[in-house]
Amino acid sequence: MAKVILSLGNDISTDDIYPGRFMATVLPTETPQFAFFDRTDFNARLKAREFPAGAIIVGGENFGCGSSREQACSTLKGYEVAVVARSLARIFLQNSINLGLKVVICPGIEAAEGDELEITADKVLNRTSGKLYDQVQLPAARKGIMDAGGLIPYTRGRLMAKA
Amino acid sequence: MGMTVVEKILARAAGLPSVKVGDVVEPKVDLAMSHENAALVINQFQEVFEGTGQAPKVWDPSRIAIIFDHRVPAESPKTATNQKKIREFVAANGITKFHDIRGDRGGICHQILPEYGYVRPGFVVVGTDSHTTSHGALGAFSFGIGATEMASAWSLGIAVNIEVPATIKVVVKGTFPPFVGPKDLILHLIGRLTAQGANYQVLEFHGETIRKMSTSGRIAICNMSVEAGATSGIVPGDEETVRYLREEAGVTEAIPCVTADADAAYVQTVEIDVSALAPQIACPHMVDNVKPIEQVQGAKVQQIVIGSCTNGRLDDLADAAAILRGKKVAEGTRMLVFPASTRIFAQALDKGYVLDLMKAGAVVMNSGCGPCLGVHEGALGDGETALSTTNRNFKGRMGNPKSEVYLCSPSVAAASALTGVITDPRTQN
Repeated sequence: MAKVILSLGNDISTDDIYPGRFMATVLPTETPQFAFFDRTDFNARLKAREFPAGAIIVGGENFGCGSSREQACSTLKGYEVAVVARSLARIFLQNSINLGLKVVICPGIEAAEGDELEITADKVLNRTSGKLYDQVQLPAARKGIMDAGGLIPYTRGRLMAKA
Repeated sequence: MGMTVVEKILARAAGLPSVKVGDVVEPKVDLAMSHENAALVINQFQEVFEGTGQAPKVWDPSRIAIIFDHRVPAESPKTATNQKKIREFVAANGITKFHDIRGDRGGICHQILPEYGYVRPGFVVVGTDSHTTSHGALGAFSFGIGATEMASAWSLGIAVNIEVPATIKVVVKGTFPPFVGPKDLILHLIGRLTAQGANYQVLEFHGETIRKMSTSGRIAICNMSVEAGATSGIVPGDEETVRYLREEAGVTEAIPCVTADADAAYVQTVEIDVSALAPQIACPHMVDNVKPIEQVQGAKVQQIVIGSCTNGRLDDLADAAAILRGKKVAEGTRMLVFPASTRIFAQALDKGYVLDLMKAGAVVMNSGCGPCLGVHEGALGDGETALSTTNRNFKGRMGNPKSEVYLCSPSVAAASALTGVITDPRTQN
C-alpha cells in the first residue's frame, strides 16, 4: 500500500514534469532536482525526501504528453515514485519501460492526494474511497524489456546473443 | 486486406510480406537522428556495451544524423561541454551527417533532414525528438523516441519490439482562403481530435489540398501531428515529394514512393474542407485549445515569434515579409524571427525578406530552435504573453511558468506584430 503524493488532471506535459530549461542536464543522478520544478512546493517536498519509495503520482489521461525528453522519466525514477494514470502518452510510456520507472495504466482511477492505493497485478484499490479499478496491462510487445530490467540490459543481451 | 503506407513501410523494413495492426515487428532503421540530446544517447550507448567485452561501435555511422539546434550557440558551459563531447563522438565514429553550429550548413534538425535529402519515401526514421513526425512529409514512417531507445538503435540498427500502429485517414479538400494555410489546417485538426485523439496511431494525409500543398506545408502538418498524440503523420510520397528531393535536396538516385492500398484498413476517416477555414489559434496552455481567430482577436501580446521546425521556412518568412514590408512593429511589442536553417536564412536574404523584417523592427536571430522550448533566447517576463508560430504552448514552455503562449500561422503573427494585439490578417489594411 502506498500514499498518493500528487493528484493531477489530464494532459500533464513533459514540460510540466521536467521543464525544457533544464534539458542540458542529462545524468539520472542530476535530473531529480528538477522534477515538477515549477510546482515549487511539491518540488521542495521531493527534494527533502519526504516521500518513501513507491509513493504514487496520479495522473489523468495522456500523462507525459509532449517532448520525448527522457529526463521526464529519470527525474521521477530518481525518487522511485510510481505513476498511476488513466492513460499515458506513447513516448513517455516507452521511456518509462526503458528506464524501469513504475507506471500503471488505470483508465478509471480516481484518487486524491493523501489517499492510500493498493496496486495488484491487474487492479488498483483505492483503500480510502473503497473503490476498485481495473488496470490496462502494459504492452506485451515490451515484456522482454521489462523482464530484462530495462532497455539497456535488454539491448546488451541482444548484442551478446549476436556476437 | 490491403495495407496502409506505414504498414507497407514496416513490412519492407522488417523483411515481412505483410503486417497488420498490433503485430510486433523489428524494422531496420534507415535514419537515426539526434540533436544535443545525443549527449545522453552517448552515455546510454556506452553503458549498453559495459561488460560485453565488445568496444562500443555504432551499427552504421552513415545512417546516424546529429544536428545542433536546441541551444545554438551554447547558452551555458554545460551545453557547450555536451556539444564538445558529441563532436568528439562524431569524429571518433565517422558520423558524416553531422551539422555543427555553422552559418553555411546549420539549422533545425527537422529542416536539415529534408533539405539535405537524408529522408526518402519509405524510410523508417527514428529521432530523439517528438517532432520527428515531421519527416512523414516525405512519405517516411518517422517517429520520436527517447535517448535510451536511440542507444539501442545505434547498437542494433533496428527499432526493437514495435507494435504496428493503427492509422487514421485524414482527407482534406478545398482551396485555402487568403491568409489561411497548412498551420491553420493542423491546428484545426488537433482541436477536433484533441491532444490525445490520435495516441498510438498514425495520421495519413490525403485529398486534393494535400496533393497541391508544398513540402514546406506538409512538414508543418506532419510536425504537429504529435500534438494530437500521433506516433507519426505521413503524406504518401508523390510528384511533389520527388520534385522537392530532386530540386531542393539535390537527390539524383531513384525515388520510389510508397502508397496505400485501395483496400487498406483505417480506424477512422476524418474529412476537412478548408474552403471556409478561418485562421486558427491555439490558446494557453494546451495545443488542442484551438479557437477561430474571431474569438481571441484583440488579446494583447508582448512578443511575436516566427520560426521553429513548424514554421520557419522560406514561404513562412515570405508571408511575414509581405505583411510587414514598409510598416512597423507596434511599440511595446518585440518580434523575433528564426529562419529554420542557414540555407533558408540565405534565401530570405537574397529575396529581401530579411531586410523587410528588420526595417519593420523585427530581430532576425540565428537559425535554431530559439525560444520555442524556453532554454535559450527570447524568454518571457512574468505576466507576459507571446504569439508564436511554434508548436507548443504548455505552461512554462517559453521559459516562464508565469507567462502565456498562443500559437498561430506566420500571417497571423505578422499581422499581430503591427498592432500588438492578436489580429486577423484577413481584415487588416
